[in-house]
Amino acid sequence: MKGRFNRDKDFFAGLIFIFFGLLAIWIARDYPLGTARRMGPAYFPSIIGGALAVLGFIIFLRSLWSGSEPVHWPGLRPLIMITGAVVGFALLLKPLGLVAATFVLILTSCLGGWQFRWHEAALLYVVLVLIALISFVYGLGLQIAVWPRL
Amino acid sequence: MDMFHNLLLGFGVASTLQNLIYCFFGTLLGTLIGVLPGIGPTATIAMLLPITFTLPPVSALIMLAGIYYGAQYGGSTTSILVNLPGEATSVVTCLDGYAMARQGRAGPALGIAALGSFFAGCVATLLIAFFAPPLAEVAFKFGPAEYFSLIVLGLIAAIVMARGSLLKAMAMVLLGLLLGIVGTDVTSGIKRFTFSLADLSDGIGFVTVAMGMFGFAEIINNLELKEKRAVFTSHVHGLMPTRADFLASWKPVLRGTALGSFLGILPGGGAILSSFASYTMEKRLAKDPSRFGQGAIEGVAGPESANNAGAQTSFIPMLTLGIPPNSVMALMVGAMIIQGIIPGPQVMTERPELFWGLIASMWLGNLMLVVLNLPLIGLWVRLLTVPYRLLYPAILMFCCIGVYSMNNSSFDVILTACFGLLGYVLSKLDCEPAPLLLGFILGPMLEEHLRRAMLYSRGDPSVFFTRPLSLALLLAAVGMLFLAVIPTVSRTRNEAFRE
Repeated sequence: MKGRFNRDKDFFAGLIFIFFGLLAIWIARDYPLGTARRMGPAYFPSIIGGALAVLGFIIFLRSLWSGSEPVHWPGLRPLIMITGAVVGFALLLKPLGLVAATFVLILTSCLGGWQFRWHEAALLYVVLVLIALISFVYGLGLQIAVWPRL
Repeated sequence: MDMFHNLLLGFGVASTLQNLIYCFFGTLLGTLIGVLPGIGPTATIAMLLPITFTLPPVSALIMLAGIYYGAQYGGSTTSILVNLPGEATSVVTCLDGYAMARQGRAGPALGIAALGSFFAGCVATLLIAFFAPPLAEVAFKFGPAEYFSLIVLGLIAAIVMARGSLLKAMAMVLLGLLLGIVGTDVTSGIKRFTFSLADLSDGIGFVTVAMGMFGFAEIINNLELKEKRAVFTSHVHGLMPTRADFLASWKPVLRGTALGSFLGILPGGGAILSSFASYTMEKRLAKDPSRFGQGAIEGVAGPESANNAGAQTSFIPMLTLGIPPNSVMALMVGAMIIQGIIPGPQVMTERPELFWGLIASMWLGNLMLVVLNLPLIGLWVRLLTVPYRLLYPAILMFCCIGVYSMNNSSFDVILTACFGLLGYVLSKLDCEPAPLLLGFILGPMLEEHLRRAMLYSRGDPSVFFTRPLSLALLLAAVGMLFLAVIPTVSRTRNEAFRE
């Protein structure tokens, strides 16, 4: 039992739910609670947060008691690359414009896949950036900077 | 006759050139993403929500609806030819559809799937036209207590219908409710859970949650699996089912349509549940159940009709009560709110062109789908050979630009990435995202109706039990939860999801 249970799915799920439940109650302390008749802004979140924490605790306890399936993490590369690609796009879009931000997005996300080929990624980028420009910027007329702001 | 008049109005709206084009575009896109495994209607509709902002409301809803029922048609193609469900709703079609394809009968399987779906779609369209108005009448009598109980029933149903542990699904609903609270409190004007960020004072965008949890998390999950897709390309010829096929299928189609229409209306129901239920029913009723899995046409005809009927009748609770029964309908509610329409019974009386136009478009869309699917089958088969490694960067790009363009906000894009991360981690822990999304959508409504009901009753919580309609809804919720806990039922529930 020892050393094994701490990798259980329910172990982590329970902890996550407890965390969010308690966080909600903790933050809601700053808001007026009100009464059952006139509920303040803190009333509903405190109930829901409390219920979530209790449920999380039950899930957590059950995992200690009877165990659950171990978590399977097949490698963090897709996770890091996809998240990184999106965050990079978000940070670069305003200062550098769509053409450059999309470059970072496509390249980084391609690196998150199984097979990476330079020529394929480059071709994909050219095609996609053209589609984006034609459909979003010229077609729908969205207000997005295309080139870097000098 | 009133309904005749209304349907005429609807067809008038739906058959304008612009709406026909959007209907066609929606069904085409639905078929496309239905055929492609790895991207579902939920992610696609979330992706297109920002674009619908620029369209008139009717066209936007017609297009989004087309994606949902179009995906039901497209999903069967992949199931039959590749033995991979293009959509979760056509998982059971793999069993007998692929077996038929291996016997060289892919054509009739595809044909009966499309024709059965078309029949089911027509019936479901009529059912919506018949039942939505009286249901909306009932909804007008709802007070805050009834709405509260109805939402509770919807959430409980989402929990019961979710895969895996009930406790975890319940926790996901609660987490969704909490996320829905973020933003400015309508009653007091206090900014709640915004962490002093101005970007959060209007609440968390609906699109960011849906796209992060369904779009991004799905991509990351797909990238972990090795790509293998062997298309069954032995020539598809003779799409028309034979006389014997028709004789064997007309009853399953009728039963599937009836079952799907019924299950679609239930909260938490929809296309997935309908197809599973229909397959089980056909297998039970068959004279020789052992033929199932060996290429029995009933096993294709029933579930394919059922999933399309279920997909369409699940619009009924959304359109009449404003309560979405599944995550796709939750997105439709989101689309209406973006357009400034508050979903609920008043939509039918205040915006009849919207309501009836949407219904009429469903019938037209189904007709287009038969045309799209049968003669163009070769095109869809070829599409299956596009590798995922070229698809996902494109999906990612459309998602990012879409989220950004909602408010011209980079913050929203980063928030979506955070939800992608959260969704990925939770899915690794066997926590389904669908209950969270429903909780998120329904959270603000639940709180508002709770507050109002308690205000009217002067703080007396018994109001939920003394009003008969509210009591009935709560009892239904308790009954549903109780049924799910009973060992025999929970065992069948597990089995249904395992297949």
